[in-house]
Amino acid sequence: MRICAQATEAELTQALADFGAIPQVEDVRSPEEGLVMLRGRIGGDGAAFNAGEATVTRAVIRLEDGTLGYSYLLGRSRTKARLAAIIDALGQNEDRRAQLRTCLIEPVTQRRSAETKARNEETAATRVNFFTVVRGED
Amino acid sequence: MYVAVKGGEAAIEAAHKLLAKERRGDASVLELTTDQIREQLSLAVNRVMSEGSLYDPDLAALAIKQARGDLIEAIFLARAYRTTLPRFGYSEPANTSAMAIRRRISATYKDLPGGQVLGPTFDYTHRLLDPSLAGEGNFPAVEKTETGDAEVSPHVAALLNNEGLIEENLPQNPDADVSDLTRGALEFPADRDLRLQALARGDEGFLLALGYSTQLGFGRTHPFAGEIRMGEVEVSFVPEELGFEVPLGEVTLTECEMVTQFAGSADAAPQFTRGYGLVFGHSERKAMAMALVDRSLRTAEFGEDVVAPAQDAEFVLSHADNIQATGFVEHLKLPHYVDFQAELVLLRQLRAEWEAERGKTDGASPKEAAE
Repeated sequence: MRICAQATEAELTQALADFGAIPQVEDVRSPEEGLVMLRGRIGGDGAAFNAGEATVTRAVIRLEDGTLGYSYLLGRSRTKARLAAIIDALGQNEDRRAQLRTCLIEPVTQRRSAETKARNEETAATRVNFFTVVRGED
Repeated sequence: MYVAVKGGEAAIEAAHKLLAKERRGDASVLELTTDQIREQLSLAVNRVMSEGSLYDPDLAALAIKQARGDLIEAIFLARAYRTTLPRFGYSEPANTSAMAIRRRISATYKDLPGGQVLGPTFDYTHRLLDPSLAGEGNFPAVEKTETGDAEVSPHVAALLNNEGLIEENLPQNPDADVSDLTRGALEFPADRDLRLQALARGDEGFLLALGYSTQLGFGRTHPFAGEIRMGEVEVSFVPEELGFEVPLGEVTLTECEMVTQFAGSADAAPQFTRGYGLVFGHSERKAMAMALVDRSLRTAEFGEDVVAPAQDAEFVLSHADNIQATGFVEHLKLPHYVDFQAELVLLRQLRAEWEAERGKTDGASPKEAAE
């Protein structure tokens, strides 16, 4: 489920195209847009408080073998929510999970780590070392 | 009492068409796309998300376009949209210690674990207009520095906490629900969780002015920016039907912890106290102002006298919401003909009585003068 949250809609579409034959999919709960109240912690580590809401889209599907797939994702893409629910259902079978590794998990992880590396390097270039200047009268 | 009016449909419709034309501006200039707004006016998008209290960059960009760049109007649109959606539930509290940091500074320590990174900041710019931006943007190549895995960056307050020099944050009271402003009316006294929720969606300008007032002496707290950090944090949610945590995705957050002067008593040694700000997106000024006002609203908790506006929770929280504020201020321009007629009648009556009264005294005064 984490990988679906990290993937783009295009990546999920591509993954299912690369996956090959997909069992019949039936919508149990068609993709639905809603809100989740995001919480923070007072002072970063204290008691919880409600920081504000985010749009979230959820979906539930059933594969023909009866496996249920769920998704809850930030944003309002119904297509993405449905794709993620299908992938969640596929991922519950060990063989299919291995297949998902090559067509989804590896490419998404690769892209993400390249992006993270670039971002960390750009951020690291702004690392600052301040000096305290000794005052003359001291 | 406000008495409703009817009519004006044709004029209203024509006005809205004219608004749409004005929104588009000169048709010979390319139309803005919401993608452009989201990517290139991202701080405006962040403000709409934070005060609209709705994390959705695409919606915020659309709202800004529709509102012709009037951010309070855009915030209004975001707030109105959220009322149309069902609430799935509450997320697990975001763990800001695990933030993928893009900016992190401390005004209290030069050297701290994880280091300080300036990130994309206006700080230290000379605030000179850059004419090159008026043309097609040429931006300089970004510099990069080889780096290993991101270092662990504990909160600065944790460093002081090790020595017991700063108050500890109280853990969650397992018996108490987390207050939710969107599910009940604002009531006083308001606990800190409710206050923080109200401040997080409060107007940046209002909180900035209140924070500023505490610095200038109206409820002085002598703050230091212990830490400001901005970056991405994964948020997760436990759906009822699943019963386990599901990652929803990543959000950008700005967090600010202000460290302010001491509180102590006969029982407790003097300690630094804290003010906290947490805001959607990269919204640094708002996060800092929120932290100042949060600390200021804890005045009574530390046994200090409430003497300044920024220390008065009822005053601050009742006026921090710019949608409530603009609603009440702007309603004054709606037709108030019946109200006004009533006041006119009243005023005429008062005048008539006053003149009658004066006529009596005027009639009496010459006599008095003659005496």
